[in-house]
Amino acid sequence: MEWITKNLPYLMAGISVGGQYALIAIGYTMVYGILRLINFAHGDIFMVAGLIMVYAVTVMPMPLAIVLVIAATVALGFFVERAAYKPLRSAPRMSVMISAIGVSYLLQNLALYITGGLSQQYPAIPWLSDTVTILGATTKRVTLVTPVLTVALVVVLVLLIKYTKIGMAMRAASRDFETSQLMGIKLNSVISMTFVIGSFLAAIGSMLYFTNYTGVTPTAGAMPGLKAFVAAVFGGIGSIPGAVIGAFIIGICENIIKGLGWTTFSDAFTFALLIVILIAKPTGLFGEKAIDKV
Amino acid sequence: MSNNILEIKDLNVSYGGIKAVKDISFVVPKGEVVTLIGANGAGKSSTLRSIVGLVKPESGSIQFNGQELSGMPTDQIVAKGITLVPEGRRVFPDMTVLENLKIGAYMRKDSLEEDLKWVHDLFPRLKERSWQLAGTLSGGEQQMLAIGRALMSKPDLIMMDEPSLGLAPLIVKGVFDIIREINQQGVTILLVEQNANMALQAANLGYVMETGRITLTGTGAELLENEEVKAAYLGKAKK
Repeated sequence: MEWITKNLPYLMAGISVGGQYALIAIGYTMVYGILRLINFAHGDIFMVAGLIMVYAVTVMPMPLAIVLVIAATVALGFFVERAAYKPLRSAPRMSVMISAIGVSYLLQNLALYITGGLSQQYPAIPWLSDTVTILGATTKRVTLVTPVLTVALVVVLVLLIKYTKIGMAMRAASRDFETSQLMGIKLNSVISMTFVIGSFLAAIGSMLYFTNYTGVTPTAGAMPGLKAFVAAVFGGIGSIPGAVIGAFIIGICENIIKGLGWTTFSDAFTFALLIVILIAKPTGLFGEKAIDKV
Repeated sequence: MSNNILEIKDLNVSYGGIKAVKDISFVVPKGEVVTLIGANGAGKSSTLRSIVGLVKPESGSIQFNGQELSGMPTDQIVAKGITLVPEGRRVFPDMTVLENLKIGAYMRKDSLEEDLKWVHDLFPRLKERSWQLAGTLSGGEQQMLAIGRALMSKPDLIMMDEPSLGLAPLIVKGVFDIIREINQQGVTILLVEQNANMALQAANLGYVMETGRITLTGTGAELLENEEVKAAYLGKAKK
């Protein structure tokens, strides 16, 4: 019993952080699936979502602020794609990636300019931030809500992609731009839609993530962004279930390592994992496979 | 109103300074099978690709039912009732056969039942294999799927880029039978082929393309009898 009370918090924290990484990782993996682009600005969009919340609660009630955070983050994701990636549609992939890095720095420096570089106190979201006790272990309610919410959102997303028309268009576009256009699919709308979904999930993820931390800094998106990126690569970039499973594995492993008292090495573990994956199985757990004719 | 569904005038297409199509003009009369034959690199595919807006023509006009198409994005051109069966079939390999057919009707909002039945009647094999992933079909079946997918958009004009490429002779014959059948049901067809013999037999009107220009025009039968065509494309020596 004592063993459970001692270790359960780490496991729960791991599952929770994993869920938060998963919500970010989906944004990376979906955009990669369609544009073959690592959207380096995604982690910073996540950070901006955190900052919007910080400022929004000062002028409006919490429920309204939550709606605003989601709407503004989605708008930001949409706008970044239209302004920084769409004009480069026929450019080499490297150019688009450089543009993504540019957007990343732009957002970080804008945040630096607005916040003055100081960590901004993230508001406590009622209910989510409440403390609960399970099997003798105390934790915030967000720890329990995150995995459930993540799995629910992922299920909805997978169904959307499998059974709706826009989902079918996304799958088609991720395979073959030209032929998709010949089907009458509006490529730009489909691409925008992936950014909208990715940003929406990042906004939800930011609320769950920052609730566990005291503040938002201009570089607060970098680390979770990178971890989520590793999760996406680990799971097989382009695959949504892969990204989610990868994120949970990384989140749980990091926290177990912390639980063992090796906190210093928890980040190193994640990036060592990236290197191992890239060497041993570059397509990840569920990476794209070529179909053989039978 | 003219009887031509498609009118091309002085069309020029370039890829990075290399002229692929030079000042060509031709028409596709409504309800007919028209073929564009020629060797590799003659500019046939470039012509088709510019009609659907996948490449932007450098100059010239493309009129479909009297409406100018050049400069329009592909999805809008397709919405007007043109479709292209691309070279190499390009079915979506990780979607099922049925999904491939449904995505062909992506722009339509009405019921697909009737057209699915039509396509399934034309290609019974596609019905049997509805739940199979398209990537696992044989080349001939993929070509049928690509044609079926194009038909699902209920086009007025269907353009096919080398539908016989890489298929066994018996399958090629089947593909041409289907082309005739589709045409008899009222769809105008613009066919690009290297298999000049089969194409000209199926066509009411033929154009011969060489290095970006149209060099000969005639009915299918006339071109089949033409000595130059015989020598260059049908493998029969001049007497």
